[in-house]
Amino acid sequence: MRKTFASGNIAVAEGAITAGLKFYAGYPITPSSEIMEYLAEKLPKLNGIVVQMEDEIASINAAIGASWAGAKSMTATSGPGFSLMAEAIGLAVITETPVVIVDVMRAGPSTGVPTKTSQSDVLQARWLAHGDYIVPCYAPWSVQEAYDLVIKAFNTAELLRTPVIVLSDAVIAHLWEPLTMYDQGEVEIINRKIPKGTEITLPYKPDPDLIPPMPIFGKGFKTIVESLTHDERGYYAPHESAYRALITRLNLKILKRLDYIFDYETYNCTSECDYMLLSYGSTARVTYIAMLELRRRGYNICMLRLKTLWPIDREKLVNSCKARRIVVVENNIGKIYMDIDRVFKDREVYSAPILSLEPPSLREVLEVISIWL
Amino acid sequence: MAVESINIHPLDKHLRVDRIPTLYCPGCGIGITLGAMLRALDKRINEGLIDPNKIVWVGGIGCSARTVFYVRYDAAHVLHGRAIAFATGVVLANPELLVIVVGGDGDIAGIGGNHFIHAARRNIDIIVVMITNFVYAMTGGQVAPTTPRGVKTTTTPMGNPEPPLNAIKLVLALNANYAARASVTTPHYIENFFYKALGIKGFRFIEVISTCPEIYGRHIGLRDPVEMYNELKKRVKYKPKPSIEDADIDWEKGIIIGEFLERNNPSYLELLRGVYGK
Repeated sequence: MRKTFASGNIAVAEGAITAGLKFYAGYPITPSSEIMEYLAEKLPKLNGIVVQMEDEIASINAAIGASWAGAKSMTATSGPGFSLMAEAIGLAVITETPVVIVDVMRAGPSTGVPTKTSQSDVLQARWLAHGDYIVPCYAPWSVQEAYDLVIKAFNTAELLRTPVIVLSDAVIAHLWEPLTMYDQGEVEIINRKIPKGTEITLPYKPDPDLIPPMPIFGKGFKTIVESLTHDERGYYAPHESAYRALITRLNLKILKRLDYIFDYETYNCTSECDYMLLSYGSTARVTYIAMLELRRRGYNICMLRLKTLWPIDREKLVNSCKARRIVVVENNIGKIYMDIDRVFKDREVYSAPILSLEPPSLREVLEVISIWL
Repeated sequence: MAVESINIHPLDKHLRVDRIPTLYCPGCGIGITLGAMLRALDKRINEGLIDPNKIVWVGGIGCSARTVFYVRYDAAHVLHGRAIAFATGVVLANPELLVIVVGGDGDIAGIGGNHFIHAARRNIDIIVVMITNFVYAMTGGQVAPTTPRGVKTTTTPMGNPEPPLNAIKLVLALNANYAARASVTTPHYIENFFYKALGIKGFRFIEVISTCPEIYGRHIGLRDPVEMYNELKKRVKYKPKPSIEDADIDWEKGIIIGEFLERNNPSYLELLRGVYGK
C-alpha cells in the first residue's frame, strides 16, 4: 500500500495501472487530458502503450481492437468526445469487448464550457449508442474513489465482457486529495476468461454465467469479432430467434451480476428518517454537508449516495431507507431524479437540480433542498 | 470406409467453406481479389515466414469488408470506416500479429478517410487492401468519393459534380512504405503485390480496381458482367515504376497499375521502440 497526494485524473490513471492497463488510446480534450499525459509518461515503463489517435472515434475503436489483441484497454474523454464514441460503445457491447471509457463531464451541450463542471452526461452514459443494452456506469465522489472505481470498472469489464463507463467530472478531475494505492495482491484484479484449446466453432456460446470465454487474437482460435447480430458461431443471423437470444443474453448477463455492479452508501440513515437526500459524484460532496447542516437545524434527514448510476438494483435501493420524502440533488436539469422517482413510486420524490459551473455552494444546495422541506 | 470432407479447392483451408456461397453478385471482383490474396498468403505461410495463428483480418462495413468473415482466421467485422482504427489497436497491443485490413473505397477512403491518412502518416504496421468499385454498392448505388465526375448515381441523378479522390496519390503524400495498384482483370498482380506487401513492415496499401456490374455497371451502361470485365481489361495497363501522375484514374485514357511506392521507412512499431528505448 502506498499513500500519495493526487488529482482525480491522476487517480483514474493510477487505478487503471493497478487494474492492469496495457493499452491507452485517446484524444486531447479538457478536462480529461491529464489522464493521457500522465499515462504517456508512466505506462510505457510498465510495458504498456499510449497512443494519441486522430480523434475520439479512432481512440475507442483502437481500444476495442487492443482488447481483442489481449490487452486491458481504456480511453478517456469529455462530453464532445464521448458523443463521438457512441457507435463504438455499441460495437463493444455486441462484440462483448472489455474496455473502460472514462467521461470527465464538462458543461454542454456542444462545446459548452470546456473548463467547468457538470453532471449532464448521466443519461448519455446510459443510452449513448443505438440498440438495446446495459452498460455499467460508476460515478466517483472523491480522488480515492476515482481510483477504486476505475479498478472496479476494469474488473466489471473483464468479468462480464462489457464496456464500462466511469463518470468523473471537472471537479473530481482537478481536485487534489490524499490517495491510498494498492500493490499487487492487495486488491482483487479480475481477468477475462479465455477458451481452452485452439480452434473453436462456437465463439459466442456462453457458459452458465451467460458469458462466453473471450477467444482473443493470436492463439489459433480463429475468432470472428462480429458487429452484425450473430448466432453462437459468430455468423450473421438476421432472424428473430437469434436476435432475441443475443439481445436477451447481452442484457441478462449484466443484470445477473447486479449484486456485483450496484453499489451505494448511506449516511446517518435510521429507521426514523423523515427525509433522504440522494446524490452522486462531486455534487454529493456538498449535499453531504447540507445534510449535516439540516440535521443541526433539527431535521430528521439522511443521505444516500449512488456509486453505481446504472444499472440500478431497485430492490436494494427501495430497502435502503424508509424515509417518506426523497430529494434528488444533482448538477443538471434533474436526470437521475427520473429513475429515483420510478424506483420509489410509493414515496414522495422531489427533484433539486442545480445548474452550476462550479461545485455548487452549500447555500445553493440548501436553497434547492429547502423548497421541499 | 467413411467418406470425410473432401477439399475441392486448394484454398479451402483458408476459408470458412460452410459460409460459401458468398453474398457477392455475379461478375463481382471481390472473389477474384480474395483468391489472389489467399494464394499469396498461402505461399508466405508455406515459406514458413508467417504463422497462420498470428494473422488477423479486419473489415469495416461494405461488400469488400465482408471478405473478412469468409476467411478461416482471426477476424473482425467492425464499424463502417473504423477498420483501420481497430487494426491499429490490435497491432500495437500485440506486435506479433499480422493485421490485414480489407475494405471498399467508401469504407476506407470515404467515412474512414481520416484513419487512412493518419495510419499512413504513422506508418502503422498493417496492410490495407482497398477494393475500388467507384460506388456505394451495398446500399444500392450512391455516389462514392472515388466516383468519376459526371457519373449518374442514385444520389447524383444529374451526374456527379465532384472530382474524385485518388487514394494512391494520397498515400504517396504520406509516410507509407508501400503503395501499389492492381485490377481484378490482372489477378496475378494482386497476388504479386500482396505477396510483396506481406514481406514489408509499416503501412502497406494496395488498391484493387474492381468490377461491379450489378450496381456501378448499371450506372455506366455496363450491366453485363463479361462486358464490364472486358471494358475494364481494355483500359488497364501495367507500368513498371509508374509516376505520381500515372496514378490518375481516367476511364477514357486508361488506368495505370503497378507499384507506385516502395521504401523502408521506420515503421510505427520501430519508431515506438526507438522512443521507448527497447
